[in-house]
Amino acid sequence: MTVLFFRFTLVLYFTGILLSLGYLLRRSEILSKSALAVAGLGFLCHSFALAAQILGSDHVPLVSFHKAMSFFSWSLVLVFLVVATRQGLHILGTFILPLAFLALVSAAVFPVERESLHPFFQTVWVHVTLSMLGTVGFAVAFVAGIMYLMQERLLKSKQFNVLTFKLPPLDFLDTLNQRSILLGFPFLTLGILTGALSAQLTAGSYLSWNPEQTWAVVTWFFYLIVLLGRLTVGWRAKKAAYLTIVGFAGVVLIFLGVVLKGGGLSTSL
Amino acid sequence: MNTVVVGLSHKTAPVELRELLVVPDSRLGEALRRLVSYPGVKEGMLLQTCNRVEVYAVVDQVGTGYASVQDFFVETHLALSAERLLPHLYWSAGDRAISHLFRVSSSLDSMVIGEPQILGQVKDAFEAALTHNTTGVILNKLVKKALSVAKRVRTESRIAENAVSVSYAAVELAKKVFSDLSAKTVLLVGAGEMAKLAAQHLINHGVRQVLITTRDSRRSQIMAQRFQGTSIPFESFRGELGRADILLCSTGASHYLIGQNDVQLAVHKRMNRPIFLIDVSVPRNIDPSVKDVDNAFLFDIDDLEMHIEQNKEERKREAEKAEAIVKEEVGVMLGWLKSLEVTPTIVALRKRADKIIEDELHKALSRLGDLSPEKRSAVEGMASAIVNKLLHGSFVTLKETAQSANGSMYIEAVQRFYDLESSQSLNGTDSVEAAELDRADHHTETGK
Repeated sequence: MTVLFFRFTLVLYFTGILLSLGYLLRRSEILSKSALAVAGLGFLCHSFALAAQILGSDHVPLVSFHKAMSFFSWSLVLVFLVVATRQGLHILGTFILPLAFLALVSAAVFPVERESLHPFFQTVWVHVTLSMLGTVGFAVAFVAGIMYLMQERLLKSKQFNVLTFKLPPLDFLDTLNQRSILLGFPFLTLGILTGALSAQLTAGSYLSWNPEQTWAVVTWFFYLIVLLGRLTVGWRAKKAAYLTIVGFAGVVLIFLGVVLKGGGLSTSL
Repeated sequence: MNTVVVGLSHKTAPVELRELLVVPDSRLGEALRRLVSYPGVKEGMLLQTCNRVEVYAVVDQVGTGYASVQDFFVETHLALSAERLLPHLYWSAGDRAISHLFRVSSSLDSMVIGEPQILGQVKDAFEAALTHNTTGVILNKLVKKALSVAKRVRTESRIAENAVSVSYAAVELAKKVFSDLSAKTVLLVGAGEMAKLAAQHLINHGVRQVLITTRDSRRSQIMAQRFQGTSIPFESFRGELGRADILLCSTGASHYLIGQNDVQLAVHKRMNRPIFLIDVSVPRNIDPSVKDVDNAFLFDIDDLEMHIEQNKEERKREAEKAEAIVKEEVGVMLGWLKSLEVTPTIVALRKRADKIIEDELHKALSRLGDLSPEKRSAVEGMASAIVNKLLHGSFVTLKETAQSANGSMYIEAVQRFYDLESSQSLNGTDSVEAAELDRADHHTETGK
């Protein structure tokens, strides 16, 4: 049943991507509205699947890579739906939906319900959830950064096309970038703290400087510097866009590294 | 009864001719009254803008109607000889005249497609005709319909969406950099007309803080008063660049007033917050290399013009949608006009009467039970006689007045009194829409 819901979700998200890509090229409100509707439907399916998975199994939630990625994808779509309906920013879907889709596909590629930590450590799911929420913030910042650079380039090159009118104003994107990091950062901080706590309970030390932990701490410092840089020396606009793109690319690489190494997710971020 | 339009526009006549044709307001009443005194002219309206002079009239016969309106043109504009005037006139009748009015009101026939003033001008023309009592049932309906068609075109197509003037294009581009203009500061360098216009547009779109600098400090004081802004000394304005989110430059200087370094410094002071620069001066006053400064967005007059050209193309594409709307509405209007014809009304009234007789007879006869054939035919005869006598007067009046000026009024009245089906199209929604239109925003792009 859960698998069926996941498949539905994938199909719906993919349709949503096609529709929003169509909206990127054509001036048609119907396309953007149907993309939103399809994504909304996909989100419902996804919610059912997640809920069924979490409630149906005896396991604690979100300790496998599969669940964590699925949750990440779900939160991204949630952010998209909220921003698109409240701000009328439908074009966000063109960028966020593919990301959510990829995350969910990667979750499907690793469907093994391999619990990476001993299930009696009930705190682990808190660590994973918080870290994933932090990552959602960075992902949105990443998307805002990409949109910023696109709009910036269009304006600089004085190309006024369909895209210029669909992409939001630069300062809106910059603010979205800043707010996403501001929201993501505390989650990441708490995620790392609870991770350290779990590590203390399992391994007896808060920080063992394994690659995952090291990279998590590096990521944390990176975003701290990005935030401080904005406030003190004006790392905003184009610079902030570049930094958040680099930052998120780094986060993705860490994920890949952890997964390919075969280690569990919950020992890293 | 026929609707005709005779006139000339920017498409058929040069401005030298058009400007000679405008009837001043003081003479408008006389002209309108004279228009409807020509043979065969029942109703008339005179639409004049800087791009067109047109007479819309309801006439008995198309041929004589054209001739009468042409005579009106020639006799109203004695300064012009008929030979000079007539070759520029165009005329249409019936559905084509209706379509023309709808297209004109919807700004599809304008020099700049989608410009908003024409709607107000049609309204003014209509009000003048109403004031001087030269319209009747048909023109009233037609013009109100034209106004509602124009409103529909505006809401259902994007014909008027994008900027087609330089000053407005500046605002449109500013909104691609800043989402909320109200907290932004504009610095106006120089007193060029276009920059002033752009500043006014920006203020209309929420900008509250305006800084002004010109070489002549008295002039900048005056402008500061006009825009409720602050005047700053010209000698030191470069130091204030960092305060400006939007810079509008339009001076007569023959060299660059603002260089790359000035802007670089400003962006630095602004902690990389974007700065939007518009240079409408020719020769340019802002060094074009400013475009290489990160977070500075410079547009010169050519960039704005290019932007406008693209918007115009977009409007032309949207115009196709608008044409379809017009076509549909012309069909509706023709249906209404047809309903005003006398024969169908008489037939409809006759049918309605027969139906009432039949229904009532059925009821009465079933209550009376078995009647002899004679009694039965007497009852039937009485019912028919009452109805026929009652209606006789209406039929006679309708037939007699059908060709008179007020004919359509009587037809409409009969349709309403007897609740005939064809009167469905006469409900009041259109006038409500027209009233809403009165309140519609018509900010101006080009002067009348």
